[in-house]
Amino acid sequence: MRGAPLSMTVLRPQSAEEAVSLFADNPSAKPLAGGTDYMVLWNMGGANGQCLLDLSGVKEWRTIRKTAAGLSIGALVTHAELRDDPVLRREFPLLARAAAVVGAEQIQNRGTLGGNIANASPAADTFPALAVYEATVKTVSRKGTRSLPLLQTFSGVKKTNLEPGELITAIDIPYLPKRPHRQLFRKVGTRAAMAISKTVAAALVWLERDRTVCELRFALGSMAPTVRRLKAAEEFVKGKRLTAEVAAVACELLKNDVSPIDDIRSTAEYRLRVSRNLLSDFLLS
Amino acid sequence: MISLTVNGKKRNYKGPPFKRLIDVLREDFGLTGTKEGCGEGECGACTVLLDGKPAASCLIPVCQVQGRKVETVEGLGNPERLNPLQKSFAEHAGVQCGFCTPGILMTASRMKKTDAESVRIGLAGHLCRCTGYMHIVESVTKTPKGRKR
Ligand SMILES: Cc1cc2nc3c(=O)[nH]c(=O)nc-3n(C[C@H](O)[C@H](O)[C@H](O)COP(=O)(O)OP(=O)(O)OC[C@H]3O[C@@H](n4cnc5c(N)ncnc54)[C@H](O)[C@@H]3O)c2cc1C
Ligand code: FES
Ligand code: FES
Repeated sequence: MRGAPLSMTVLRPQSAEEAVSLFADNPSAKPLAGGTDYMVLWNMGGANGQCLLDLSGVKEWRTIRKTAAGLSIGALVTHAELRDDPVLRREFPLLARAAAVVGAEQIQNRGTLGGNIANASPAADTFPALAVYEATVKTVSRKGTRSLPLLQTFSGVKKTNLEPGELITAIDIPYLPKRPHRQLFRKVGTRAAMAISKTVAAALVWLERDRTVCELRFALGSMAPTVRRLKAAEEFVKGKRLTAEVAAVACELLKNDVSPIDDIRSTAEYRLRVSRNLLSDFLLS
Repeated sequence: MISLTVNGKKRNYKGPPFKRLIDVLREDFGLTGTKEGCGEGECGACTVLLDGKPAASCLIPVCQVQGRKVETVEGLGNPERLNPLQKSFAEHAGVQCGFCTPGILMTASRMKKTDAESVRIGLAGHLCRCTGYMHIVESVTKTPKGRKR
């Protein structure tokens, strides 16, 4: 079966306010941003008969704003815009680099950050960067607005804690207190473009003057039902010098925070091995 | 009704709003240059320019194109008057079966840097089952630089 246009209804709000009210009145409607996740399913005939809430007319959610606390990225900002934004590239380079490896040019020009989050794929490439930057997801519904810490936005594979009638409006990222000493973004996939990650990592580390670790933030995607911070390894290295022994223990602890599986793209063993190599290389570089 | 500009011409579309852009181009406007390979966003065959930027027309419902500009391969040139990029594909054997070509031409037509490495990166989202890519990359790198590529 294929997508059947005549079976679909489309609501086309032209402002944020109208979007919220149309969604409240049509709670079974499905939000549509860039369509790069939704249309794949629809083309295969997997979403006929639905009512769409087309958000493409909501201009308020299309910009990246500087605030006193950090950057506020509108839910409808595309991966191409993230990739090219000079402020983002300077302040939050890991997110700009993640956006640059989502699919390829044709996908980056359409896919949005809000759509990436709402779709809640375990392999989504922006999540590890957002996790180490401790981003907050802002939402709105007729009941009011909410702020969800990124890690609490996801409840499982392709599942979020968004309520019916609730829309993502923006993703807020606080400025880092200090420049990190080292940072990492790395996607491991099969093809240069359009590949879904086997594993995807983002990391930041701050060192004290005596080279002991002040703070480590390390996040992995595709290694559990939702994106994970490596809490055990992060705690362990705090206050220690990054020797080969310390890195080895951190790599052992990595598995406390993840639960990789065998699937069509890779095996649990491969994912664990690659993730440990990424952590080890990062700590010892 | 949905109004859009296709290759510089204003067009009106009166069918269901959730028809895919690729189907509207091919079936309603008779512009069959744009091809469907996968229908999943993976292959790049259906690439058109939306407000000047490459986008997969198999993933765009036409309701999202209201008031916007679409360019297809028919807008680059025609068999009597190929543009320099199309001519280069013909000269350097960048085309075999030709199914991937319209999409690749659209993405290549927007490339700022045309050294081999940049072209390979820029075309990473396009699959070709025939050429092995070498001649495609060469066709782009050897296109004479002009006002209109
Ligand atoms: C060929 C291809 C390659 C891809 N490669 C990658 C990749 O490498 N890495 C990666 O991470 N992703 C990849 N994707 C997935 C996709 O491009 C991204 O997840 C993208 O960010 C989705 O955004 P969108 O705006 O297109 O979402 P849509 O398809 O419009 O929506 C996705 C989901 O989010 C919901 N939604 C959208 N916006 C909101 C909102 N503001 N509030 C509440 N709900 C909302 C929709 O209802 C839907 O359920 C790929 C997709 C394709 C087709
Ligand atoms: S047909 Fe659209 S990307 Fe393959
Ligand atoms: S020429 Fe046949 S697919 Fe590229």
